[in-house]
Amino acid sequence: MTTATTLRSKHLLGIANLEPDEIDLIIQTATAMKEVGTRSVKKVPAMRGRTVINLFFEASTRTRMSFELAEKRLSADTLGMTTAGSSVSKGETLADTARTLEAMSPDMIVMRHASSGAPHQLARICKGSIVNAGDGLHEHPTQALLDALTMVEHKGRLAGLRVAIVGDLLHSRVLRSNALLLTRMGADVRACGPATLIPPGLDRLGVTVTTKMDAAIEGADVVMMLRVQHERMHGLFLPSVREYFALFGLTPQRMERAAPDAIVMHPGPMNRGVEIDSEVADGPWSVILDQVSNGVATRMAVLYLLSGGDDTTARP
Amino acid sequence: MDADRVSRSLTRIAHEILERNRGVEDLALVGIRARGVPIAERIARHLKEFSGIDVPTGALDITLYRDDLTRQKPSAQPLIRRTEINFSIDDRVILLVDDVLFTGRTIRAAFDALIDFGRPKAIQLVALIDRGHRELPIRADYVGRNIPTSRSQSVQVRLQEIDGKDEVEVEG
Repeated sequence: MTTATTLRSKHLLGIANLEPDEIDLIIQTATAMKEVGTRSVKKVPAMRGRTVINLFFEASTRTRMSFELAEKRLSADTLGMTTAGSSVSKGETLADTARTLEAMSPDMIVMRHASSGAPHQLARICKGSIVNAGDGLHEHPTQALLDALTMVEHKGRLAGLRVAIVGDLLHSRVLRSNALLLTRMGADVRACGPATLIPPGLDRLGVTVTTKMDAAIEGADVVMMLRVQHERMHGLFLPSVREYFALFGLTPQRMERAAPDAIVMHPGPMNRGVEIDSEVADGPWSVILDQVSNGVATRMAVLYLLSGGDDTTARP
Repeated sequence: MDADRVSRSLTRIAHEILERNRGVEDLALVGIRARGVPIAERIARHLKEFSGIDVPTGALDITLYRDDLTRQKPSAQPLIRRTEINFSIDDRVILLVDDVLFTGRTIRAAFDALIDFGRPKAIQLVALIDRGHRELPIRADYVGRNIPTSRSQSVQVRLQEIDGKDEVEVEG
């Protein structure tokens, strides 16, 4: 496979729009971007003079901080807007917010929204590039890309990797983006969760769906745990947290079924004692903190690649 | 320019570096990606051969410091490769190495990049080819060969390590 030299779209709305060579390009660029974070001066001038608006309509700490840090390391001018205290709490529609922001001509907008498809609507209104930082139950593309970078770093490849994704499959945009990315790159993905939290049609994404945790973990190279999203549990999805942990919690005993050098991932924030045992979260398998630092590099890569530039002439 | 001339130029440059700096203790080589890197490594081998001392050698990717990144859009962003400088550049004489010296803009970007890594005692510039047409007040301290060109021509440097053979050609 030859690596792409550019992304084909000016937006990053989801993994669904990325070809394998583009995914490869982002991972390669992110690997180079990691070096910037190791310097004493952690800043490069690549996006000097560019304006990036961070639009977070939903609670987020790590994703927002990760994007902000990525923007600052690339020297972009950033401004943030959260729902509380903004015009949104006064009843403004997304379309009107978008038009207002557009009048300030930002080069890029990073958006998280509780409604699936919200960034797509923004992309139809705004001239700048839109980066989806999580939309409803739909996609969270930069999370899947940073997860892929972490897997490549630890396992050297994505093709043929056995990846178990366990937890609340219904509410997880992390699952959807990861399933799309990993199946596209040739990994063997098993998704596992309680029957009440399995969305219909999940198998059409090309993943093996099971309700048996042991079956999902058997021989897995990567075990990715998903957070139990209490804030989205408006129905009666789980009898009790204790039962959930007994059936789907990741414990050192369960890890014995995985491949001997398996890694454990979690997009955070973790619910210790609900989906993951502390002994695993802090144990030798865990690459959870690598995911966090890879998040900054991955977002730098995405921002850089989308920010365009003139490469029609050779290097001066 | 054939393989033989490339090799003789680099040997001569290594001698000039030793003569000019009276010793290699505080020297370090930094090659600009892509083709400055193998050239820097070859000069390091010569310096080792002539003086017996290993001169630290690094690789610099200047893409993120280019002055034309944000001028027009949209089009392909140049590919970023890894910068690897595994030594402190503080108070060292840095020999910055590139294959072709043309407008000087790459070198300007390299200065900015280097200075983010520390405060070198001095920076000296090594270019295998100087083809003229400078747009900035920059000159090389060591030149393999001056080749007069027209602005529309392109100078192709090919190296064993990257292209499978050593050769310099003026095209167009």
